[in-house]
Amino acid sequence: MSTPDPREQLVEHLPAMRAFAMSLTRNSAIADDMVQDTLVKAWTKIDKFEAGTNLRAWLFTILRNTYYSNRRKAKREVADVDGVFTESLSQKPDHDGRLQMADFQRAFAQLPDEQREALILVGASGFSYDEAAETCDVAVGTIKSRVNRGRKHLVELMGLDSDEALEITDSATMAVVSGRSGGTM
Amino acid sequence: MANDTNKQTDGDAIDENLKRVYDDMLNQEVPDRFKDLLAQLKAQDAAADDTSGGENE
Repeated sequence: MSTPDPREQLVEHLPAMRAFAMSLTRNSAIADDMVQDTLVKAWTKIDKFEAGTNLRAWLFTILRNTYYSNRRKAKREVADVDGVFTESLSQKPDHDGRLQMADFQRAFAQLPDEQREALILVGASGFSYDEAAETCDVAVGTIKSRVNRGRKHLVELMGLDSDEALEITDSATMAVVSGRSGGTM
Repeated sequence: MANDTNKQTDGDAIDENLKRVYDDMLNQEVPDRFKDLLAQLKAQDAAADDTSGGENE
């Protein structure tokens, strides 16, 4: 047979599924439960997957449907946010931009779900606008506007002006570096 | 100097941060439970195939 069983490829998409789930839920325990549900659904409904199309996009679609239907059921949306972004960051002490990253992650976690997922899909995981639109089941223009609003929103939340962004990175880095090195400067 | 490119700065900085956040999550080790689950699903299917046409409780 020339077509491999897509179920054999699920394992390759696990890291991406977890990353997407974490960016949606902002909680690693909930994210992992969602990935588990998604795996079971994908496995049992694999005949719904069209061979040759984008398996990752298909999995992300299941993942986000799981998320949004859970969110509707459990109305405690914001309660469980556990700093999953800062958590992962603190695992590796950074040589640069640490303070700015922490700010960024905090701001990112505050975005509305729809903007956060659009930014992750298009800005980080390399989906085209078309793929992202299909994954989220909305028009391409809607994805574009979510991405744009998400970017603007992030800039506002971090209190950046376009002119300042680079300088802030630098001064934040300086602050961290000089603060941490015991004030030898 | 930041001044030359300030129009680009926001979007670039944001996309760069996004990628770092995402890559950070991507690079986390996948817990064994998922590989175990996949193995379990596979085993179930194999078992179902063996007894196909079988007893419908």
